[in-house]
Amino acid sequence: MGCCIRRGWTGVVCNMSENGLHYRFIVPGDDFARAGTASGAVKKTLKQLGIAPETVRKFSISLYEGEINMVIHAGGGEIDVYIDDEQVSAVLVDHGPGIPDVGLAMQEGWSTASEQVRGLGFGAGMGLPNMKKYSDELEIDSVVGTGTTVTITVRLA
Amino acid sequence: MLIKEIRDALGAELLSGEDLLDVEVHTACGSDMMSDVLAFVKDQAVLITGLLNQQTIRTAAMMDMVCVVFVRGKVPGTDIIEAARENGIAVLSTDHRMFTACGLLYQAGLDGGCL
Repeated sequence: MGCCIRRGWTGVVCNMSENGLHYRFIVPGDDFARAGTASGAVKKTLKQLGIAPETVRKFSISLYEGEINMVIHAGGGEIDVYIDDEQVSAVLVDHGPGIPDVGLAMQEGWSTASEQVRGLGFGAGMGLPNMKKYSDELEIDSVVGTGTTVTITVRLA
Repeated sequence: MLIKEIRDALGAELLSGEDLLDVEVHTACGSDMMSDVLAFVKDQAVLITGLLNQQTIRTAAMMDMVCVVFVRGKVPGTDIIEAARENGIAVLSTDHRMFTACGLLYQAGLDGGCL
């Protein structure tokens, strides 16, 4: 099958196969100003593919919150985005400190973000709740000291 | 309400988006916490904020907003204005504080959208 490779600011790779599209983004952990660039690129692609605006917005917001979390809590990571006829999904993998209590982290307002991060407009404890709110499925697999894998899925209407 | 009417109601300076002045908007959201903005996804067309960084524009873009108003006389750098331009977002700067800016726009007919 056809395959295209595109490199952007974080090293974007796009693979096309019978199973759909796959994009990979490397998210740097030390550049808050650029955090969200991958989500912006994904949103643009989904719009170009003609996916319903509400679906695009839901997925993009969920992914954006995940990308921001990666930068402010985990020193960056990798994002794989998969698009097929039925759904859009993203797997976000980081090698940060992990989440000791996922149930607690899911509560609105609960946050371990520093004052510096709050001063930048994030860390209100709404990241994970927003990701859950705007996705059809949200899976969080976290091991303290090893890292966190978050999978976001939004089904196409 | 048109973006140019927002500009006039706030006595604001238009920093970017001359071509967007006649775009009509119906609702607005005022906050410095971007995750709070992202929590209310429906029909928020205008963001009123004192937060001045790239994430302000990125958040507005994620929400399909068309106008960002910076309060307390804050003027963003060229990188932020350029990001807004790329995303089709008008940028205004007003000397009013957040509370007053929100009040003036509410009084002029803009509301906060559905709960």
